[in-house]
Amino acid sequence: MTDSAVRSPRRTPLTGVHERLGAALTDFAGWQMPLRYGSETAEHTAVRSAAGLFDLSHMGELFVTGPQAAAALDYALVGNLSALQPGRARYTMICAADGGVLDDLIVYRLADGEFLVVANAANAGTVFAELTRRAEGYQAAVDDRTADYALIAIQGPRAAAILAPLTSADLGQVKYYASYPASVAGRETLLARTGYTGEDGFELFARSADAEHLWTALSAAGQDHGLIPAGLAARDTLRLEAGMPLYGNELGPDLTPYDAGLGRVVRLDKAGDFVGREALAQRADSPPARQLAGLEGQSRRVPRHGYAVLWDGEPCGSVTSGAPSPTLGVPIAMAYVRPDVARAAASGEAGRAGQLAIDIRGRAEPARLVPLPFYRRPA
Amino acid sequence: MSVPEELHYTPEHEWVALSGTSASVGITDHAQRQLGDVVYVSVPAPGTKVTAGEPCGEIESTKSVSDIYSPVDGEVSEVNPEIDDDPGLVNSDPYGAGWLFKVALDGNGDEQPGLLTAAEYAALTEESE
Repeated sequence: MTDSAVRSPRRTPLTGVHERLGAALTDFAGWQMPLRYGSETAEHTAVRSAAGLFDLSHMGELFVTGPQAAAALDYALVGNLSALQPGRARYTMICAADGGVLDDLIVYRLADGEFLVVANAANAGTVFAELTRRAEGYQAAVDDRTADYALIAIQGPRAAAILAPLTSADLGQVKYYASYPASVAGRETLLARTGYTGEDGFELFARSADAEHLWTALSAAGQDHGLIPAGLAARDTLRLEAGMPLYGNELGPDLTPYDAGLGRVVRLDKAGDFVGREALAQRADSPPARQLAGLEGQSRRVPRHGYAVLWDGEPCGSVTSGAPSPTLGVPIAMAYVRPDVARAAASGEAGRAGQLAIDIRGRAEPARLVPLPFYRRPA
Repeated sequence: MSVPEELHYTPEHEWVALSGTSASVGITDHAQRQLGDVVYVSVPAPGTKVTAGEPCGEIESTKSVSDIYSPVDGEVSEVNPEIDDDPGLVNSDPYGAGWLFKVALDGNGDEQPGLLTAAEYAALTEESE
């Protein structure tokens, strides 16, 4: 229990709302964010069974506009953004020249010459600087409009039912990874069917001045559906169960998309050069040095970020994220392990159980290799 | 935040209820709030010798793990039989049903150096908030 550093983090348009709700606030990537409102386990469970409401206004909203916006992004990012249809979104990454991941992104194509790039809060400055530099020579402008936008997510099986009466948009027509300009509770928003929880849900980009009105309207509409506000603690366990990577844990500048099992986002087949192409092409053809694996703890002690993974007592990898899984009731973790160990543990489970372990504060706790994701929502 | 007057405290956020030559131990309301939902508590088995200021167990929550420090010298005489099945008692009733273990004291209950009064502990946690 360490004291928080003495400096003032940025407030989102909804920080006042969180304070009134009695949230435990935490400094996250320079922003004052709700960690939990009550029990983070209850918040997690609400998202799996009903719905949760999240303030994600700390995320970076970067606009790339101009006649060559698509070409600039094709050069700046590993994905094929010029092939993206207006109204659709894509998960992609920005890499350094050596192939290391600088951030993972969701890019929304709003029009032929207008893209919204959503970056992690901790990386928004880096992504903005890199996009600006990489867009030089293209007819494209890069603007950081993070301060102009609030981002509210409503996630869970009841999300569509809660949202439907508040909007004229036909939610049945809003596909996964699509976005539409839509009026919600009388306010203009960009409504996207995206999320980071493993559930169906929506993300609403809105003007900062409209954030509180939208939050209140969604809260009221969701009351009878079991909607509750959910903080970053629940968001982290939800994304972990869904096997989704978190920058700083599963992704970082010393890792490529291939390490994280996300080589599919690297579009080596697209025309033209892009930053990192040479290094990534090389990496695509070489055997991986490590592999992202799912582990299930066999005791009640919880693996945490940085703990060593052991094979026959010898270190063979490192935990990137771990938590007690509220849905499964057991400790789960993602870890980078040696590929030969991942293979052996997967194939030789019978009779070899117990050889895979996690060093939890000096004691080897047996673990089991399990496929990712840990949780998949019922079809 | 609740800091009962009749209890003693450690700077590591344990509380201790002294009664003759016996002491009951738990973690404070402040501590459980900081931890979030408690999912597992490991406490020393009855018969274990514990030393004031030394770690003797651990408490796992969704977000973190913390050591439990013994507030006193002595031998563990009893552990809360409910806490293994329902670690959430530490959150819902930290000073009552969420107690962790009892210690048969080496010395006299009135002579426990290093413990804080309720007022001292309350001042300590205010500083950190």
